[in-house]
Amino acid sequence: MEEIGKVIDQANEQALGVLLSGEPVLVDVVLAADVIDGLKEKIILHAGPPIEWNKMCGPMRGAICGIAVFEEWASNLNEAEKLASQGSLEFAPNHQFGCVGPMTGMTTASQPLIVVENQHYGNRAYCTINEGLGKVMRFGGNDQTVLERLSWIKNELAPLLGQALRRASGINLKPLIARGLTMGDEMHQRNIACSSLLLRELAPHMAAVASDTETLARVYSFIASNDQFFLNVAMAAGKALTDPAYGIKGSSMVTAMSRNGTDFGIRVSSTGDRWFTAPVEMPQGLYFPGYSESDANPDMGDSAIVETIGLGGFAMGAAPAVAGFVGAGAASQAGLYTKNMAEITLGENKSWTIPAMDYLGVPTGIDIRRVLETNISPTINTGIAHKEPGIGQVGAGVAKAPMACFQKALRAFAEQMGVK
Amino acid sequence: MKKNQKTPHLLDTPLSAINVGLESFSEDLKSQNVATLHIDWSPPAGGDPVLGDLLSKLGA
Repeated sequence: MEEIGKVIDQANEQALGVLLSGEPVLVDVVLAADVIDGLKEKIILHAGPPIEWNKMCGPMRGAICGIAVFEEWASNLNEAEKLASQGSLEFAPNHQFGCVGPMTGMTTASQPLIVVENQHYGNRAYCTINEGLGKVMRFGGNDQTVLERLSWIKNELAPLLGQALRRASGINLKPLIARGLTMGDEMHQRNIACSSLLLRELAPHMAAVASDTETLARVYSFIASNDQFFLNVAMAAGKALTDPAYGIKGSSMVTAMSRNGTDFGIRVSSTGDRWFTAPVEMPQGLYFPGYSESDANPDMGDSAIVETIGLGGFAMGAAPAVAGFVGAGAASQAGLYTKNMAEITLGENKSWTIPAMDYLGVPTGIDIRRVLETNISPTINTGIAHKEPGIGQVGAGVAKAPMACFQKALRAFAEQMGVK
Repeated sequence: MKKNQKTPHLLDTPLSAINVGLESFSEDLKSQNVATLHIDWSPPAGGDPVLGDLLSKLGA
């Protein structure tokens, strides 16, 4: 049995090495239909593991209806709901198509996607562009203002952003994220520094390629007013970093954590694309004025990909301001979350360090064995959506990955390793 | 009672305790001004014997 332990340790060392040696570069913005094989008419990609319409939560249904109208598959929300309930729309997880999406995570053929290329391994990952705060589709918003913003993103922001990125020959994300960590971001609920740094790098290129100053002003203003603009970039980087770590035989390292508002799912390197799911839990957090836990939807989104690469809740020690925002306690306790996550991970990322913790590298590479051995589940910093469709974000908090996912994964992993 | 010279004088000296597992035990000791170090520990896999056995065989 000692031999099997050594085999797993070696496989995990390899998997962690793949994760740490990746070089994510933001290279382009493209139309989804042009790059996602199999993304045909009336397919909607969503966050989390697979789910059918009748099991979807309110915000997910709201977003499905909204995006169907945006794609002109339905003329209004009622018609869209009828299409969905009759089985005329097809649903699949973003992860199955090399994509990720925050909260509801809607990805469809005519949406623009940011492209992050892992230049060490040559693979690419995609994510939609962050819509900003307030009533937005990722939180289930689906009214005319939400759809008009999506159209503006597609027709004005995306082309300019794509041109600027190509002119810049891409933006290297590893050093940018490293700087963001030293400036108080953890890349899940705080992206102020990285959003600003990205705009600073792109501004001259956008100015050089913009057709007129009014367009440029609108684009600058949109990015500058959205503290979470970088979230989707960080998520695509997470997907680009983790994808090459799939399928390493004998590795018990987690390659994806994701939620669809109903179920939480994880994937493990050795077991490839297989999902291990359990009912998702309610985040514990703070609510915006006028809202309470009774309004909240359970945990949702592909955004836990950032925790999978050692950011978000795992990098809480870099972002004391977040601890207060998500209701995780005093700023002085932020480092405890990071230290706790070090108990369940394979190593630290020396490229992404936390100055306030004596330059500790963010804890990286969740080992399902360590999670079960210590009974410490991964901490995820998250936004909280209203449980009814169309309302939007009502708070922010901390969610736990359900232990049942790891129990199921361990049984399957043991079977694969021939251990009974 | 005659003291055994080979054992520590547990009851003659101030008590220090290391508490493993249930935190309430350490709280009781602390409330009596006993120097206590609590170790946060619980049985692997929440005490599930089958999963615990698998973990052991998988080198955890």
